[in-house]
Amino acid sequence: MSNLRESLSVTRRLILEGAASIALVGLGAISFPIPTALAAANDRYPEAAFKQKDFNEAIKLLYGRIAEQADKIKLDAPEIAENGAVVPVSVTTTLDDVTSISFVVPENPNPLAAYYRLPPGTMPSVANRLKMAKTSNVIAIVEAGGKLYSTSREVKVTIGGCGG
Amino acid sequence: MASSIRVRAIANGGITEVQTLIQHPMDSGFIKDENGQFIPAHFIQELTFEHDGRKVFVADWGTAVAKDPYVKFSFKGGNKGDDLKVGWIDNQGTTDTTTVKIQ
Repeated sequence: MSNLRESLSVTRRLILEGAASIALVGLGAISFPIPTALAAANDRYPEAAFKQKDFNEAIKLLYGRIAEQADKIKLDAPEIAENGAVVPVSVTTTLDDVTSISFVVPENPNPLAAYYRLPPGTMPSVANRLKMAKTSNVIAIVEAGGKLYSTSREVKVTIGGCGG
Repeated sequence: MASSIRVRAIANGGITEVQTLIQHPMDSGFIKDENGQFIPAHFIQELTFEHDGRKVFVADWGTAVAKDPYVKFSFKGGNKGDDLKVGWIDNQGTTDTTTVKIQ
């Protein structure tokens, strides 16, 4: 069952390594976080991506690249969330060969909220409940056929779920 | 101790729908208690579902998943009476597992 997954992981790793070597050539050996990027590709918990404070950087750490907009993703989230501590968010897609789905909340202190790995045979649909510190877009990212697609929706938050 | 994990898995038309509710504080580390001290981060990092010896769903979570997390997904296959094994590990190394029958 894992042949496809492994080959995708290998592809992703090659892309990441390619990007890393370009970065090394271009910037000198500065701070491209190869080990963490590989950690995501190797199916380990992607800790650095979850700790990242900039959402674009978090996505790059997780996937090694940026997603393109797609209209084949349906993201359900409330227009207004009275309680940011519990915001129901779900995504479903008609894209084929989906291997992962993730949720990103750019205005949260740690934007990457959840990353779901979907082995072959698992439906490309996930529902969960997120915390939102304040009004923000919610981005759903779908990895399908080795490519990255995203869609987003704004959720207005009246009482934040991360404050204190 | 009662399991922290509640799972309902229902097979229908060749697809098994799984809904899970876990009791866990999911503390983000960004919230202060009444004494003004930050409550340390305490959250589930990985939640795994296994059917018939293979993983059917893996959730990697950060601090922004709501307290007492809920997640729903579906996979092809699974028959009434099959085992579904569910386990999580949090950032403090605590774990819990349970096995339920698909309905």
